[in-house]
Amino acid sequence: MSVYEYIVRTKDLSKIYTLGGVEVRALDNVALDIRRGEYVSIMGPSGSGKSTLFNMIGGLDKPSKGTVFIDEVDMAQLTASELAFLRCRKLGYIFQTFNLIPVMTALENVTLPMVFAGLTTDAALDKGMELLKVVGLGDRYDHKPTELSGGQQQRVAIARAFANDPAIILADEPTGNLDLRTGKEIITLLKRMNEEKKVTVISATHDLKMIDVSDRVVWIRDGKIERIEERKDIEVKVGQMEGEEE
Amino acid sequence: MSEKDNTQSVLGVVKGRAGIEQQIVLPWSRALQMTRENIFVRLGRSAITASGIFLGIAFLAAVLFGGAAQRVLAEINLKELGVETAGKEFQSRIIWLAGMSLLVATVGIVNSMLMSVTERYKEIGTMKCLGALDTFIVRLFLLEAGLLGILGSALGVIIGASIMMLGYAGRLGVSGIGKAWMSAALQFGGWSIPLWLAMIMALMLGGLLSILAALYPAWRAAKMPPAAALRSEF
Repeated sequence: MSVYEYIVRTKDLSKIYTLGGVEVRALDNVALDIRRGEYVSIMGPSGSGKSTLFNMIGGLDKPSKGTVFIDEVDMAQLTASELAFLRCRKLGYIFQTFNLIPVMTALENVTLPMVFAGLTTDAALDKGMELLKVVGLGDRYDHKPTELSGGQQQRVAIARAFANDPAIILADEPTGNLDLRTGKEIITLLKRMNEEKKVTVISATHDLKMIDVSDRVVWIRDGKIERIEERKDIEVKVGQMEGEEE
Repeated sequence: MSEKDNTQSVLGVVKGRAGIEQQIVLPWSRALQMTRENIFVRLGRSAITASGIFLGIAFLAAVLFGGAAQRVLAEINLKELGVETAGKEFQSRIIWLAGMSLLVATVGIVNSMLMSVTERYKEIGTMKCLGALDTFIVRLFLLEAGLLGILGSALGVIIGASIMMLGYAGRLGVSGIGKAWMSAALQFGGWSIPLWLAMIMALMLGGLLSILAALYPAWRAAKMPPAAALRSEF
């Protein structure tokens, strides 16, 4: 089985909305290549198109034009079932609003993707507990989301995202609803998972704390990629962030 | 954790897999467990959803009982007073009333189910992100609708009939009430449906209507692209 260098590729990716007769280009011919095992942050102000780009890459929405390739598979060619399979086994999602199922405990939330993947109950429970321990919530496995803080809920969400050993983690504003310290913990956790499990992490965010752990930062504005920077080229100054062009 | 998985091509895993639906499962036991959790953890909300069914079926049950009770009364009137009080006009009135109450029940059920699905768009979107097939979403909602439908209808039949029984107890007495249960609740064409059977049919109808009412909203919600479902504000 050949392994492709770029796990995600987009070509001429565009998303156009028509609002009141006016054409709005949320994404305008975006071309982005993401390597296997990379930690990429897509950054930009509100309305820049980073969430739209995130949705396209994650298969959460269909583009108006252009293509998204996951391991050279055109996502638009996948049937609904194949897409579901992809989401179940190969992709893991993390959201700003955590999106845990409210009537289920932390352990049940983490093991739900495993149920879909056909794991036996025992295997699922064991693996679920392991994952909860990895994110530091082993003792809260039977708590419901309402009994957990924001940071704890996001940890459960991260554990859930890793339920079926995905190849790609997609994080949409993972620290958006968290305070500074908790946000830092979450970012550290994500980077640790990225390094330990060799998982590609793609995050759409406007949290500048994310820059430090990213291999590359994609700056997006008005639906277009402004520039792409390698981490080593970004100089982090106290109180300020500056990008340096080579 | 297997590094092997992450270096394997996604392409090889997805394409060329015969019967990919078999690769994603939702065992019925798990679906039932999730349905039970959905209903009982959100008991208040479930009760409101079920009340639409309950009230409609209670009304229908009351109409049916009234029809049968009037028939028994008519027999008594005929015997004792020689007066005919349950002619053709009466029969068509009962059918009309029963039909109207069924319509009211349907509207109540459809409304309840629509609300029940719409306020969980976000959850549906999330489940799709975890890999749920569209059929899983529909299955979960139909199970919930069926369960709430049966429970709500059962309660509706019991309450609706009980209230009417109390109301007619004076005029009919216990034996009269017993007769009412055996006599025809509805008569049309050559068909005559005794009350006890009509009540069972009303119960099953409530359950069936609930499932049908949830079908379209659940199917539409399952087909939504996850991005749209997740944008919901509930």
